[in-house]
Formats: sequence, C-alpha cells, structure tokens
Amino acid sequence: MKVITTDVLIIGAGLAGERAAIASAQAGLDVTMLSLVPPRRSHSAAAQGGMQASLGNSVKGAGDNPTIHWLDTVKGSDWGADQEVARIFADNAPIAMREMAHFGVPWNRVEGGPRDVYIKGKKTTIVEDFDNEGLITARDFGGTAKWRTCYTADGTGHTVLYAMDNLAVQLDINIHDRMEALSLIHEDGICMGAIVRCLRTGDIMAYMSKSTAIATGGYGRLYGESTNAVINEGTGSWLALQTGQVPLANMEAVQFHPTGIVPTDILVTEGCRGDGGLLLDVDEYRFMPDYEPEKQELASRDVVSRRMKEHILKGKGVQSSYGEHLWLDLRHLGEQHLTTKLREVYDICMYFIGVNPIKELIPVRPTQHYSMGGIRVNKDGHAYGLKGLFALGEVANWDMHGFNRLGGNSLAETVVAGMVVGEKIASYTKSAELNAKVTLAEKFAKEQTDLIHHLMNNDGSENVYAIRDEIAELLKDHVHIFRTGENLEKAVKGLKAILGRIKNVKVRTSAPGMNPELSQALRIEGMAKQAYIIAQGALLRTESRGAHTREDYPARDDKNWLNRTLATWAVGADEPAFNYEPVGQLDLPPGDRGYGGGQMIDMDLTIEQYNAKVDAEQTALGKHPTSEPIGFRIPKELWREESPYKDAK
Amino acid sequence: MARTLTFKIFRYNPTKDNDEPHIETYELEETPRLNLFTALHRIREKQAPDLMYDFVCRAGICGSCAMMINGRPTLACRTLTSDLSDTIELYPLPFFKLLGDLSVDTGVWFHDMAKRVESWIHTQKEFDPTALEERMDNATANKIYGSERCIECGCCVAACATAQVYPDFLGAAGLNRIGRFLFDPRDQRGEQEWFELVSTDVGVFGCIGMMACDDVCPKDLPLLEVFSYIRRKMNSGVQVAVQDLELS
Ligand SMILES: Cc1cc2nc3c(=O)[nH]c(=O)nc-3n(C[C@H](O)[C@H](O)[C@H](O)COP(=O)(O)OP(=O)(O)OC[C@H]3O[C@@H](n4cnc5c(N)ncnc54)[C@H](O)[C@@H]3O)c2cc1C
Ligand code: SF4
Ligand code: SF4
Ligand code: FES
Repeated sequence: MKVITTDVLIIGAGLAGERAAIASAQAGLDVTMLSLVPPRRSHSAAAQGGMQASLGNSVKGAGDNPTIHWLDTVKGSDWGADQEVARIFADNAPIAMREMAHFGVPWNRVEGGPRDVYIKGKKTTIVEDFDNEGLITARDFGGTAKWRTCYTADGTGHTVLYAMDNLAVQLDINIHDRMEALSLIHEDGICMGAIVRCLRTGDIMAYMSKSTAIATGGYGRLYGESTNAVINEGTGSWLALQTGQVPLANMEAVQFHPTGIVPTDILVTEGCRGDGGLLLDVDEYRFMPDYEPEKQELASRDVVSRRMKEHILKGKGVQSSYGEHLWLDLRHLGEQHLTTKLREVYDICMYFIGVNPIKELIPVRPTQHYSMGGIRVNKDGHAYGLKGLFALGEVANWDMHGFNRLGGNSLAETVVAGMVVGEKIASYTKSAELNAKVTLAEKFAKEQTDLIHHLMNNDGSENVYAIRDEIAELLKDHVHIFRTGENLEKAVKGLKAILGRIKNVKVRTSAPGMNPELSQALRIEGMAKQAYIIAQGALLRTESRGAHTREDYPARDDKNWLNRTLATWAVGADEPAFNYEPVGQLDLPPGDRGYGGGQMIDMDLTIEQYNAKVDAEQTALGKHPTSEPIGFRIPKELWREESPYKDAK
Repeated sequence: MARTLTFKIFRYNPTKDNDEPHIETYELEETPRLNLFTALHRIREKQAPDLMYDFVCRAGICGSCAMMINGRPTLACRTLTSDLSDTIELYPLPFFKLLGDLSVDTGVWFHDMAKRVESWIHTQKEFDPTALEERMDNATANKIYGSERCIECGCCVAACATAQVYPDFLGAAGLNRIGRFLFDPRDQRGEQEWFELVSTDVGVFGCIGMMACDDVCPKDLPLLEVFSYIRRKMNSGVQVAVQDLELS
C-alpha cells in the first residue's frame, strides 16, 4: 500500500479547505489537500449571491459595524449559535473581504451618485457617496439590518474560489484531486491521517499527517431534492462519525432555501430578492407582506420558507406536474439588471427550465440547501473527541449559525474560518509529532478493502441507488420544513429498517478504476446513519427553533432546549447516543427576532448561571482546551450601543 | 408522443486489461425537460453501472461535464434532449487525458495552465489588515469579471485546431486568463514579462484566429475582444522590446 506523509492533511479543497491550506503553507508547513474533484469544481464555486461583511461602503450599509452583523447573525440563529464564535466571525469578515480583494477578487465597487433600486417592492432612488467610490459595495440579503453582502455579480463563489486557488497554485500546495477519504486513521484519541481511495485507479492508500482537517462541505444530497452539488453526500461528516468518538452537532438543523427552481432544484440566489424580486402566489398576488410586514420577502430563510409552505397549504400554490410551487417575479428589474448582475440566474432559467425571467415568472419552492449541523469543533476548529483533527466550513459545526444561517454568512464563514482555524491548525502542527505507524494505517486500510470485497462479493441483492432514493424519500416526506412527532417516528422507523439492509448492498460491476457504483456503495452507510441522526435528533427536540419547526411543539423553549444536540455512534452500536451541551456563553439574552412570530418559553437560569456551566459541560462531552479562555472574544454588552437596544434604553 | 432516444456512447476503461475503445448503445424513454445529466444517470443506474462521466454542480456553473454531444463540445448538464435528434452520440472531449468513457482530466490540464501563465496577481504589496481596500472602478471590476467567468470546461480547447497540433498551446482558456490579468490594475507585471509569456507559438501567435473557441464557449466569454486586446498590448510590447534593443 502506498503511504504518503505530510505535515498537514486537508480533506476538501473548497474555500474553507484551501484557505486553511494557505495558512499552513504560509507558516512553512508541508500541506497536502485532497479533493473528490479539481478544487475549482468544488461546490463553493456555485455560490452566487455573495458574502457578508460589515464594510458599510454602500449608502444602504452606512453605519454598519461588526456588532450589528453579529446581532443579525445571533438573531438569525434563533439564539442557537455560539455567540463568541459569531463574534470572531463578524469581527474578521471585513478583513477577509479585503484580503480576498488583495488576492484578486474583482468585487463589485461603489459607483458614486444616484441609482434606481427596488426596496420592499417599490422603485426608489438611492444616492451613493462619491467619497466611497471604488470601495467594495454590497447588496441586500435576508435577515439583515444593513446592505452587507459583498458580491461579484452573481458569481461570487466562483471568483473567490478562483482567487483562492490561484494563490494555492502560486504557493505550490500539493493538491491530489479525484481522491476520496474513506476513514480516519486514529489511535488513543489522536488522529493520524486518513485512508483514501483514488478515483482514477481505485487504489486504496494512506495519508499520514501531524494534523488532519476536514473541509468537505455539506450533506444536502441526503435529501435528494437539494440545491447542493451531486458530490455533497456527507462523506466528510461520516469520516468523523465513523470513529465513534467525534460527535456531530445539531444535525436536525437543516436549511431550506426559499427559491429552488421547479423542476431540477437548482438554486436561484437570495440576491434575486435582495435586488428587489418578489414572491407571488397562484393569483400572482404578493403574499409575504401579509405574513411579515416588516421584512417581507427578506425575512430570514427559515421564516420565508415556512411562510411559503404555509401559503401553499392554504391552497395558494401553483399546481404543476412536479408538485405545487410559487412564483419568483424578477420582471420589473429589467433586462439590463438580469443580464449583468443576475446573469447566472438568467442563464439557469433559460437553459434549464426554458423560462425567460425578463418576461416570465420563475417557478420556485423551498428546497434543501444548507447544513447548519456538522462535526462539532471548539472555537479553534479542533474537533471534539480526537486530538489533531480539525473541521471547518459547511461540514463543521463551529457554530455561528445555530438553527438558521443567514444568506451570505456561509461563504464568508469559509474564508474567515480558513483564516482563523487555519492559524490554529498551523500552530498545533508545529508542536505535533509525525507518527507514521504503517501497521496502524494497514489496519484501517484493511477495513476498507474488506468492505470493498464484501460489497462486490456478497449474496445480497440490494441496489445502492434504490436505497439512496429511499433515504431521500423518507427525509423529504417526514423531516422537511414542518415536522411532527408522528412523521418523525415514521422516518426513524424507516431509516432503521434501511440500516438493516445496508449489508446486503451488492455492487453489480467489478470494473477496476473509478467504478461509480462502488463509490456510491462505499458512501451509503454514512448516508443512512446521518439521515437517522437528523430524524432522531428532530424527534427528540420538542421545540421549534430556527429551521427546526415542530407543529406539535410550536414554541421556542429556552427553558429546556437552549442547547446543542451532539450525536455519536459507537463502533458496532445499533443506535446513536444523544447528548446536549450549552450553546456557549450568552451575551445577547434570548429574545424576539423581530420577524417570524411564534411563542417563546423563557429560560429559568440567569445569564450568569447559564454561562457558568458552559465550559465544564462542553469539556465533559469532548471539547479540547482552547487557546484562549471561553468567552474571551466577547466584548460584553457592546450591543447595547446599537439600535434597537440603544433607543430602547 | 414521447420519443425513445438512442444513445451511442463511447466506452473505454484504460484501467481494465484488454479493454478497447468501442461504442455502446442504450435506449431511454424521453421525459419532459430531460437533460443529459438526468439521462446519463438513468442509463448508469439502470443499464450501465460502470459508466464513467463527471458532474458536480449540474447547473452549468462548475465546468465538470463538458463532452462531445453530436460532435460539438458543450456542457452536458444544461443540454436538453429536446434540442437533440433521436440518436445522441456522446464522446469524451478530445485533447485532454482520458480517464474512462466520458470522463477526461481537465483539472490537471487547467492546473498546469494556471502555473504556466502564473495565474495570480503579481504584486510587491503586502496585505495590510488594518487598511481600507485599494479602490478600483466598477467598470474595471466588471471587465475583469467578464474574463474571470471562465469555468475551465475545456470546450474551447477541444474545438481548437491549433491545440490538436501543438499540445503545449495555451488555448483560448489560457489566453483568456492572460487577458484577465492584463485587465487587472493590481497585477504589476510589465510589458516585457507579458511579451515573453504570450509571444510564442504556444501563446497568442499560435492562434490562427478562426474563433471556433468563441463559437463553442458555453459561458459566452468575450474571447474575440480579449484576443484583440492581447494582440494590441503585444504590439506595444514589441515596441518596448525594440526600444530595449536600441538602448543596449
Ligand atoms: C447553489 C448554492 C449557492 C450558494 N450561495 C451562497 C451564497 O451566495 N452565499 C453564501 O454565503 N453561501 C452560499 N452557499 C453556501 C456555501 O456556498 C457553502 O456553504 C460553502 O461554499 C461550502 O464551502 P466548503 O469549503 O465548506 O465546502 P465545498 O466548497 O463544498 O468543498 C468541499 C470539498 O471537499 C471535497 N470532498 C468532499 N468529500 C470528500 C472526501 N470524502 N474526500 C476528499 N475530498 C472530499 C470536495 O471535493 C470539495 O473540494 C450556497 C450553496 C449552494 C448549494
Ligand atoms: S481562435 Fe482558433 S486557434 Fe485561436 S484559440 Fe480559438 S480555436 Fe484556437
Ligand atoms: S473559455 Fe469558455 S469554453 Fe474555454 S474553458 Fe473557459 S468557459 Fe470553457
Ligand atoms: S455539472 Fe457543473 S457545469 Fe455541468
């Protein structure tokens, strides 16, 4: 077996992985990145709308600062976020945008003078400040107090990833693409690398490293109907879960984006609504202001998706052979806008569904989009349970998003986490030893070669694609926007039955090389187990918070559920184990989000009592010590300076 | 009435002993708004479990899925069968290394191209985290973005006569990348450096200007405009080179 050694092994070469790799390379370490696909094809490239940072250059962003960004983020999370991590994020986001400008991103810039925009359905003229001409501009996104989303037309992920990868090429960072990590090599609570399958040759090999970081993106494809790329099948979170030692957190917190197009589920960006797009029903009536008079189409995603579903349930959906949907109206934005600032959206509508958005309405419905949950890490990005293992980007639960992430905050998170966690990885690695124990690598490799042998040679007759579709069906039918105990029980039961059938999956072809059916079969256990954790976690959480909406428990329950779900799956166990930890130190006390409505059950602890238990309870569940004490980065009560609190005093 | 489509697909697995390139035929019922992403998955899942091809975004954004569709290089994911004849011929892109069936190694070629054209901002300036970003006018940003939109799908290279003859030719994608950095005021490469990079027969002088690339580019990049900009720049580059000669 081929064994490759490196100081730092980064699994995943999207924005998060690449930025972290760059941090280590700049610290003089030997870095190797693995990716299923060439780095520039990673799903980060598909992000359209933009990334949030409180630069405040546009007149509609004037007065913005990291505290306001932080407030929006914590409220958006429905108080599920770790407020300190959200703070680290909001403070660093402006630096990250400027650094990306330095690396070559052609951000759209402020043009001084008047221009026409659409705000809350009305054409309005705004006047940009000539003093800010040429600085990075921003557009509006949901759930924010200011226009804060920096963009390059609607190809933001593409330009940021290309700039990042250009730098990785310049620094000559090793990139091994068409490689799939299958399991982690670990012993005595320390991670030592990964077992990897080459997707060109089918060879199994080992990468051994001083530190390992997982940056593999989301798991949206578990839902089948998802805006995510087809490679987003949860293989990275499975690496962690498989160890039996690293918990996955808040997996029940799944985001549904209001505007997936029907059919095909391809996303059209929130920037459409940010730039003035409207949601219409079967009567071409604009319904959002009735539900959300203040934020209208630009409430947070969980709220808009819920309202859309609610409206459809009232009989106001548009019937089609692909099920019911609503309309997104961009016609009033005009040809010039749609063929420049929303050009990808225009292309997608024209090519995929034959709709010309200049003249026609776009059929949309809420579609699985983002995974708030993931590998639980401390604020340094260090995974709970295993030393030397880090995680960042969408696959991680760092946890600045809680139960709902704001549009534009994820792409920004990848780059900020890449900077912040990237530095922690580098400093950890500098003091770590390389323990290239080949016998250990061989033991873990054998588990995979045995599994491959089993998949090719067993007597079963289960078809892997059919099982994949059944998992998706269960999640779609029972663990979607609106959830009930009864439905969730059905999902759990169904998934349990599927788990029992996985060992009978049989791969029909023994073709060497890429063998796509074998690749799918190697992923299926991880997909089924994660689906199980999503469903079971949702069943256990008897409250509604952010994107997790229980019809039978409509209130947000801060008394019992102001916590984070942690699920581990012991090796050989039939079921996962669930634990709960405090979300982190609170600075902004739980309150009303200002949109979305809903009841609340107040917490019975004081903030001080709550905060006092955070460190110990998290440590008991596997949190490693952090480089700075918990709470260190929270500037206490700075939010009191900002509206609406300032005015409320 | 629904059509029955006949797919003639190039098959060859270089990792398999004794395999030879050949064509296999599959039939598939056409459904409304069927695209080749869905069609190929249906064929793979029901008829040919070892069929190799590449899709990632399935939204025309990532550049993974280019192939020869009835003789023309383009993105499979956004090609609707309703725009094609009853018989659909699929071949891998020529020029790139074949990994198997319809899958080719565009990633390695583009990585190498990025190295050759030094596809990054050349600057002496250090990033200062405490300073405002450098200003740029929005028109310049848009101009850069116009070239930056290339998704590295490889269609232009597959269609290019020069590339088939000179394997080192940078191709339209490579020249476009050079244009992207020439447009960018942050890049401080001088005329001479550009001249050395571009003015060889693997660079802009290798291009015979028939613009097959422009015709096939699925992102409608302004390749014609970019090439003429480079040529203009290089003509002034020749003058710089001549001046250097006279001075020495
Ligand atoms: C259509 C769409 C549009 C979006 N638009 C926005 C937006 O406008 N703003 C915003 O903030 N967010 C947006 N998001 C979310 C955001 O784009 C993602 O959350 C983010 O890009 C994830 O980046 P990442 O680096 O974590 O992972 P990715 O970019 O997904 O990269 C994952 C990497 O891991 C590799 N990988 C995966 N598994 C393995 C394995 N087992 N072995 C080896 N390598 C592996 C992959 O090859 C890839 O290189 C959007 C998401 C979607 C789906
Ligand atoms: S103009 Fe012709 S020769 Fe030149 S890059 Fe395009 S296809 Fe190739
Ligand atoms: S220039 Fe066009 S055809 Fe060529 S690689 Fe880029 S996107 Fe594809
Ligand atoms: S799959 Fe991404 S462009 Fe076709």
